[in-house]
Amino acid sequence: MAVARQTLIRRGVRHRDVMERTVESVLFACAASAVAVTTAIVVVLLVESAGFFSHVSIVDFLTDTMWTPLFAEARYGILPLLCGTVLAAAVALTVAVPVGVMVAVYLSEFAPVKVRETVKPLLEMLEGVPTVVYGYFALLFVTPLLQNIIPDLPGFNVLSPGIVIGIMIVPYVGSVSEDAMRAVPQALREASYACGATRLQTTLRVVMPAATSGIAAAFVLGIARATGETMVVAIAAGQQPNLTFDPTQPAATITAYIVQVALGDLPHGSIGYQSIFAAGLVLLLITLLFNILAHVLRMRFREAY
Amino acid sequence: MKGVMSNPVSVGVPSPQSGSTTQRNVKSSIRDLNFFYGDAQALKHIDMEIYEHAVTALIGPSGCGKSTLLRCFNRMHDLTPHTRYEGEIRLFPDDVNIVSPEVDPIEVRMRISMVFQKPNPFPKSIYENVAYGLRVRGVRNKTELDGRVEAALRGAALWEEVKDRLGEPGTALSGGQQQRLCIARALATDPEIVLFDEPTSALDPIATASIEDLIISMAGSVTVLIVTHNMQQAARVSTYTAFMYLGELIEYGPTNEMFTRPREQRTSDYLTGRFG
Repeated sequence: MAVARQTLIRRGVRHRDVMERTVESVLFACAASAVAVTTAIVVVLLVESAGFFSHVSIVDFLTDTMWTPLFAEARYGILPLLCGTVLAAAVALTVAVPVGVMVAVYLSEFAPVKVRETVKPLLEMLEGVPTVVYGYFALLFVTPLLQNIIPDLPGFNVLSPGIVIGIMIVPYVGSVSEDAMRAVPQALREASYACGATRLQTTLRVVMPAATSGIAAAFVLGIARATGETMVVAIAAGQQPNLTFDPTQPAATITAYIVQVALGDLPHGSIGYQSIFAAGLVLLLITLLFNILAHVLRMRFREAY
Repeated sequence: MKGVMSNPVSVGVPSPQSGSTTQRNVKSSIRDLNFFYGDAQALKHIDMEIYEHAVTALIGPSGCGKSTLLRCFNRMHDLTPHTRYEGEIRLFPDDVNIVSPEVDPIEVRMRISMVFQKPNPFPKSIYENVAYGLRVRGVRNKTELDGRVEAALRGAALWEEVKDRLGEPGTALSGGQQQRLCIARALATDPEIVLFDEPTSALDPIATASIEDLIISMAGSVTVLIVTHNMQQAARVSTYTAFMYLGELIEYGPTNEMFTRPREQRTSDYLTGRFG
């Protein structure tokens, strides 16, 4: 009896050991694949960009004010595309940040539970609308609307897609900010009310400062979403690289250019083909920069409550 | 707390230290108070008088309603939906029922401040923590703010420790200092009543002793209501003690009498540790 039991126990242990190791390696492989894909993307971008930069000097790339890779006399200055990207993102953030934060303040601090439980899922549903729909919304609805206000607004301009991208990322900015505000401990709100503060004072003086890190993260994530957004600008901004800070002018963003070229039939290995990798690399660097910034902000404003 | 601040709302002159036998004024009178969370009745027909410039302790086992009663005084329950007050808590000298729906809870909180169970300083500087209640009342004058912040920090026995680092975050202080900062925050607005909800339950014995000394010294100038789980604490700091059980006020009287000669069997059982 005792002997039989011993054997059983020993066998069981070995069996579990093998299972544990198998599961661990499968999980590790899954985790590693994400890292591998990211590395592969960076490698491809770097290799193709190296090809591009062997034809075009980095100085020209960064200082030339024209981007005409498809013309007979090709010029490769990234500034017009960068400018379009920044401009579209700036317009988008001007819309998304105030609206998003106000939505978050309302949902987190003012809305009755029932309203919050209805509105938040609805808001998150907006994130599921395909971006191409937003593109047509910008071109066929918002632009004509804006033309009523600004009569000589061209049919393609940055303002309209910028506003629409802003609307598009409101749920995103709102949802991240709301999570940050709801994470502020109830004890801090109670302390504020007990001091005789109103709901608005509590929100503005206690909850929002305590949620700064999360709101800053929402802001930066919004920038990342806006700079990476493709369809809306490709459809409604005009795809014309244009070095201007006037949002009423047509322009092209980095993403819109990549779409434009990727859809054409440029021969593999040509400079035009390689130029989209250089543009993609710039986009990647921008996103990386903002991620680092988000990290720094988060560290600086981290509050110990 | 030294009488440094001008006091627009409180009445009378500071009475002698607690423990004296002089006649006390009634600061607040609870009359047939019932309180409901939804359909559940948490307080049942409470009647009691709170004496001015004395420390009154509320004791009883968990769930007896002592914290619920305390939070009626600054209308904290208004923040929770589906709560209902019935009856009266009259505040003197105005003789106004502070739990009446017609009374603005913010006005009540302007005169009755609170210190919580866990120290909960704002993620702001030490100075701004104390100045908060004044700022929300619209005080902007720098000289006035400086004076009141200093007086409140002295009142909370924290001034000497923090006077050279008022700009540092309040959250960087130790637990006991944070709780004294919260007491300073509660004192800065010159309240008539200060509510303490188990103020030492998150603190070590040394910090607890300093908070208890502070509460005893405060009683000269404000009325203190304190909820505590700790019967020794009630005996040490309070002049009057109320024993509550299952939402009812079982016994209420001078602390020394209740601890030596309780009138009710249930009080006696609780005090001797038979339940709770």
